[in-house]
Amino acid sequence: MLATIVPTSTWYLILGAVLFGIGMVGVLIRRNPLIMFMSIELMLNAVNLTFVALSTQLTDINGQTAVFFVLVVAAAEVVVGLGIIVAIMRRRSEISVDDLSVLKG
Amino acid sequence: MLNTVWLVPALPLAGFLLLVLFGRRLAEPKAGWLAATMCGLSFFVTLLVFLDMVSKTAEERSHVVRVFSWIPVGSLQVDLAFLADQLSITMALFITGIGTLIHLYAVGYMHGDPKFSKFFIYLNLFVFSMLMLVLGENLLVTFLGWEGVGTCSYFLISFWHTRDSAATAGKKAFVTNRVGDWGFMMAMFLAFGAVGTLSYGTINSAAHGGSISHVTATAIALMLFVGACGKSAQLPLYLWLPDAMEGPTPVSALIHAATMVTAGVFLMTRMNPVIAEAYHWAPTIIAVVGAATALFAATVAVAQNDIKKVLAYSTVSQLGYMFLAVGSGAYVAAIFHMITHAFFKALLFLGSGSVIHGMHHEQDMRKMGALRVLMPVTGFTFIIGWLAIAGVPPFAGFWSKDEILLYVYANNRGLYVVGLVTALLTAFYMTRQVIMVFFGEAKWKDQSEEHGAHGDFVPHESPKIMLLPLVVLAMLSVGGGLLQLPFTKDLHFLEKWLEPIVEHGEAHINGSWAYDNKYILMLVAIAVALSGIALAVGVYGKKKLPAIEPQILANAWNYDRGVSAFMGGPGRQSFEAVAWADAHVIDGAVLGTGSVVRRSSGFIRKIQSGYVRVYAAAIVIGVLAMLAWFMWRGVA
Repeated sequence: MLATIVPTSTWYLILGAVLFGIGMVGVLIRRNPLIMFMSIELMLNAVNLTFVALSTQLTDINGQTAVFFVLVVAAAEVVVGLGIIVAIMRRRSEISVDDLSVLKG
Repeated sequence: MLNTVWLVPALPLAGFLLLVLFGRRLAEPKAGWLAATMCGLSFFVTLLVFLDMVSKTAEERSHVVRVFSWIPVGSLQVDLAFLADQLSITMALFITGIGTLIHLYAVGYMHGDPKFSKFFIYLNLFVFSMLMLVLGENLLVTFLGWEGVGTCSYFLISFWHTRDSAATAGKKAFVTNRVGDWGFMMAMFLAFGAVGTLSYGTINSAAHGGSISHVTATAIALMLFVGACGKSAQLPLYLWLPDAMEGPTPVSALIHAATMVTAGVFLMTRMNPVIAEAYHWAPTIIAVVGAATALFAATVAVAQNDIKKVLAYSTVSQLGYMFLAVGSGAYVAAIFHMITHAFFKALLFLGSGSVIHGMHHEQDMRKMGALRVLMPVTGFTFIIGWLAIAGVPPFAGFWSKDEILLYVYANNRGLYVVGLVTALLTAFYMTRQVIMVFFGEAKWKDQSEEHGAHGDFVPHESPKIMLLPLVVLAMLSVGGGLLQLPFTKDLHFLEKWLEPIVEHGEAHINGSWAYDNKYILMLVAIAVALSGIALAVGVYGKKKLPAIEPQILANAWNYDRGVSAFMGGPGRQSFEAVAWADAHVIDGAVLGTGSVVRRSSGFIRKIQSGYVRVYAAAIVIGVLAMLAWFMWRGVA
C-alpha cells in the first residue's frame, strides 16, 4: 500500500512553499532578531529545496549550482548579521527589533 | 644655434627665480647687477641666434623649437613652442638690448629705494613675459606673455603703491588691458574654430590659401585689433598709458620702448595674412583709428606740463602712426618705426628720468629751464632724441616716419594730411618740452625754498651708470635709420629681411605716384617738421607768439573724465543690476532647487520608520504585487 505512494517533485515544491510561508510569517510577526534570523534561513532553504526539486525534475544542473550560491550568501549574511546582533546584545539586556528604530528618518 | 632660442626667455626667467629666492639677501646693488646680467646674457644669445639666422638662406631662417606638449586635449593640441624667425628675432633683439640698458639705468635710478631688489624681480619677469609674447609659436604662448606683460605692468606701475595715485593707475592699466584681452581671446576662439589650431604657421598659411572665409578673417582681424588697442594704447582704450607715468621712470621707458605697447603692432604684423584676407574696410578701420589716435594724442601733448606726461601722449601718438602704417599695409614701415621709436623713446624717457633725478623728483616742466649747462650729457642726448622724434634728417625717426607717410599717401590722401598735421604737432610739442627743460631761464632757482634741506638747490648731473644707457641710445637714435634708407632698393635692409613674413600682407606701391615722387614727399615732411620746430621756438623760445594751451587740451579733451563719469554713473548702475541679478535670479534658481529638494525629502523620510518588520512587510507586499502582475499578464 505504502509502496504505491511515490513522492513526486510536486510534493517537494509544496513543502518548499509551506516552509517559505512559515519563514515569511516568522519574519513579519516575531520581534526577537534571532528568531527573525532563523526565519530568514528557513526561507532561504525553502528556496534551495525548490531549486533542487526543479533541478531534478527538469534534469538541469543549473538549479543545483544556484543552491551553492544561496548557501554562500546565507553563510556570509549570518556572519554579518550575528556580529551585529552580538554587538547590540552587549549594550542592551533585552532585545527587540522595534526598539532599534533609532535610525529612522 | 637656432635650437637654443629657448634660452632667450629662459635667462630672464632664471633671473626672476633667483631674485625671488635670494633677492632680499643680495640686496642693493647686487640684485640689480644680477637682473641686468641675465637680461644682457639673453641679449647675447639673441645676437648669436640672429647671426646664425643671417648666415642661412631666407627659406631656412624660420625655425620652430618645441619644448613640450602643453595642452593635449582631443583636437586641441598646443605645444609650448618657440618660433624663431626674422620678425621674432628682430623684436627679441631690441627687447633684450634696450631692456639691458634700462636695467643698467635702473641700478642707478632706484638707488636707495627700500624695495630695490623687488623692483628687479618685476623687471626681469616683464622682459621674460615680453619675450614669450614675441617668440611664441602659437597664439596661446603669445597670450601667456600677453597676460604676463599686463600683470607686470600692474606691479610696476603701482610699484610705489603707498601713493594713492600709483595704486589707482596700476589698477586702471590692468582693467583697461582686460578689455583688450577679451578681443585677443575672441580672436583665438575664432581662429581655432576656423582652422582647428592656434599655431601661427598653420593659421597664416590657411588664410593665405583661402581656407578662411572673408567674414571669419575680418572678424579675427578686428578682434585682434581690439586686443592691440588695449595693449598698444589706441583710442578708445589708450586711457591707461598716461596714468602709467606713476611708475618709476625706468618702468615707463620699458613699457613705452621695449615691451608692452609694441605687442599690438607685433601681433598685427604676425597675423598679416589674415588681415590681408579680410574685407577692405577692416584695414581701413585700423588706419583711421591709428590716425585719429595719433592726432588726438598729439594735440593733448601740446598742453601738458608734466615732463613724463608729454612723452606718454607722444608715445600714444607714435603708436597711432604705427597702426596707421599697419592699416595701410606698410608692415615693414610699422616695424621700422617701432624699432626707431624704441630707440629714441627709451632715450627720451631715460633722459627725463635723469632730469627728474637731478631735480630731486620734480616733474613739472614749468619749474625747470636752462638745465643743459648743469646736465650736459643728459641735455645733449635728450636733444638728439628730440631731433629724432621731431623727424629731422638724418636722425632715425625721420626715415621711419617718412616711410609710413609714403605708404599712407599711396593708400589714402586724407589720412596722409592727418599724418602731416600730427608730424607738425609732434615737432612742436617736443620743441616746447626741450625749450622748457633745457633752455630759457632757470626757473628752479625760485624753488630752492621747497628743497631747503640742501641749502642752495642746484640740479645735478646723474651718475655714470645712468648716463651710459643714454649715450648708447643716443647713438642708436642717430644711426637707426640705416636699417632702411629709402634711396635705392639695395638699402632696404629691413624690408629684405622681413620679406618672408609680410609677403602676403604688404602693400605694393611701386609705380604709384607717391613712390615715383618720394623725394617731394620727403621734402614736405622735412618742411613740416622744421616749421613745427620754428613755431615752438617762436612761442616758447623767443616769446613772440602767444602760447595756446587751452584747459581742454590739458585735460585730454575731457575724454578721461567722460569715461570716468560714464563708468561711475550708468556703468556702475548696470554693474550693480548685473550683480543683483546674479545674487537673486541665478543664485536664487540654484539655491531654490536645493531648498525644494530638502523640503520634499522632509516629507518622504517619514516613511523610514525604523521598524524592521514594516520594511519586511513592504517587501512582501511588493513581491505579492509583482507576482500578481506577472500572473495577470501571463493569463492575458
